[in-house]
Amino acid sequence: MTLDVARIRKDFPILDRRVRGGRPLIYLDSANTSQKPRQVIDAISGFYERHNANIHRATHELSEEATAAYEGARIKVAGFVGARDESEIIFTKNISEAINLVAYSMSNASAGAPAPDRFRLGPGDEIVVTEMEHHSDLVPWQLLCQRTGATLRWFSVTPEGRLDLSGLDGLINERTKLVALVHQSNVLGTVNPVRLIADRAHAVGALVLADAAQSVPHMPVDVRDLGADFVGFTGHKMCGPTGIGVLWARRELLDEMPPFLGGGEMIETVWMDHSTFAPPPHKFEAGTMPIAEAAGLAAAIDYLNETGRESIHAHEQALLGDALTQLTGIDGLRILGPTEPEDRGTAISFEVDGVHPHDVSQVLDELGIAVRAGHHCAWPLHRALGVQASTRASFYLYNTHEEVTALIDGIRQAQKFFGVN
Amino acid sequence: MQIQSLYQEIILDHYRNPHHKGLREPFDVEVHHVNPTCGDEVTLRVALKDVGGDPVVTDVSYDSLGCSISQASASVMSDLVIGKPVSEAMRILQEFLDLMQSKGQAEPDEAVLEDAVAFAGVSKYPARIKCALLGWMAWKDATGQALDETTGQAS
Repeated sequence: MTLDVARIRKDFPILDRRVRGGRPLIYLDSANTSQKPRQVIDAISGFYERHNANIHRATHELSEEATAAYEGARIKVAGFVGARDESEIIFTKNISEAINLVAYSMSNASAGAPAPDRFRLGPGDEIVVTEMEHHSDLVPWQLLCQRTGATLRWFSVTPEGRLDLSGLDGLINERTKLVALVHQSNVLGTVNPVRLIADRAHAVGALVLADAAQSVPHMPVDVRDLGADFVGFTGHKMCGPTGIGVLWARRELLDEMPPFLGGGEMIETVWMDHSTFAPPPHKFEAGTMPIAEAAGLAAAIDYLNETGRESIHAHEQALLGDALTQLTGIDGLRILGPTEPEDRGTAISFEVDGVHPHDVSQVLDELGIAVRAGHHCAWPLHRALGVQASTRASFYLYNTHEEVTALIDGIRQAQKFFGVN
Repeated sequence: MQIQSLYQEIILDHYRNPHHKGLREPFDVEVHHVNPTCGDEVTLRVALKDVGGDPVVTDVSYDSLGCSISQASASVMSDLVIGKPVSEAMRILQEFLDLMQSKGQAEPDEAVLEDAVAFAGVSKYPARIKCALLGWMAWKDATGQALDETTGQAS
């Protein structure tokens, strides 16, 4: 089914904004954070106006409603990504916290918390990542290696922006305890073959974590088909609010893993000198959680489901094809990553000869076009590609072909302004 | 376009033809600063000379990668501080910092800031202030270290 973009745009109040002295907003920064439809905004304000209470800990009616909203969101998320049941869904504040949860749980196991050996790391063990990771899926593993004495290794990236899998069997070996990789790169748009890598990792007994922050918002993702043991994503990139992220993990792993944060609601019993812990998912949710945000995330999932995830994906692929064709037609512009839409998402990073990304984005901003400039939290990737920084345009369900053309015109204006071409 | 207030012709001139770019000998201290949001970087060298108890900036040179604002700012900064007593150069730095925090409301003093008055427009763009300050902060750091070394040797 074709997406009715004009109707969709009416759902997003911010798209009526004028910026920089009256220019209509052209928002091409959804890989950074997406805009929110009225339905999500209403769900959050509706929660605060009618149902606000803390969850799981009071017997009054409002608390029952708030608990139903929060746990209902968990069921919705479970269905959205194909979890076996909602106990496999842990809410966090964002995907960075979701990844850190796994890293710190393994760290706690390594420091002596009761857990099976597969969660313990020490000298001689290896963690494998890729050169195209967001800092969120790199730095936590660097820190874990630092704490445990394990060694960090990584897949390199080809000049075309794909993972170099030629050394797969050597890189993932019997010393590997965990493989962490991005499903869809936030810089290159590249969609990685998670299943292929996960199969190799599982063959040597390693765990696999997939960073799905950029894929879940844009295409149907089934966590069990993906093949990873842990999958993280975040609400604010999928039309939901900031402040809520998700970790999905296989239930048997969650049962065995030590807790990450200690506090209220994650316990079973507490004595002065020790505690026992609640079963998953609550074992990993200490303290008051983002309750209104969960209500907002549930509304975002409803919105994406009702709009149709396949239709959204098809529309984005059409925008992507258009953008790639037009961008490659600009002299002096180089796209980082695949230049064909196959196995590729809608984040397009590029450099323009003679014009620094900050300056490109400043000229675009002047025209009302919001993009991102910098290394997009993927500094090692930029270094590997021999690029200091880049400009990134990213598209979502509410973007149009006219906006793609506006981007192209804007880049040409930047070239003209700085005396290139 | 409003953007002309940001990209003054003086800034674009310094960007295209930066002054004092390229690392030079002799120097007392070399520092490397980065802007972590974009990866822009500068390696900057400072040479000081003690003239009757009052250190003077005898040379500043740098190598850098970055946007027009950060490149031009390093160029203008070097012009301003080379040959000046450190105490006076620090006053100019303070004047430039005040200008950057002015949100476009300040009337910069051209007698003090010379070409740096062209950066007044940058103060209206919060995301770009760090770009304009990259070279200045590297110079401040290097000069501070050079002064510490001088003091250290004296005691």
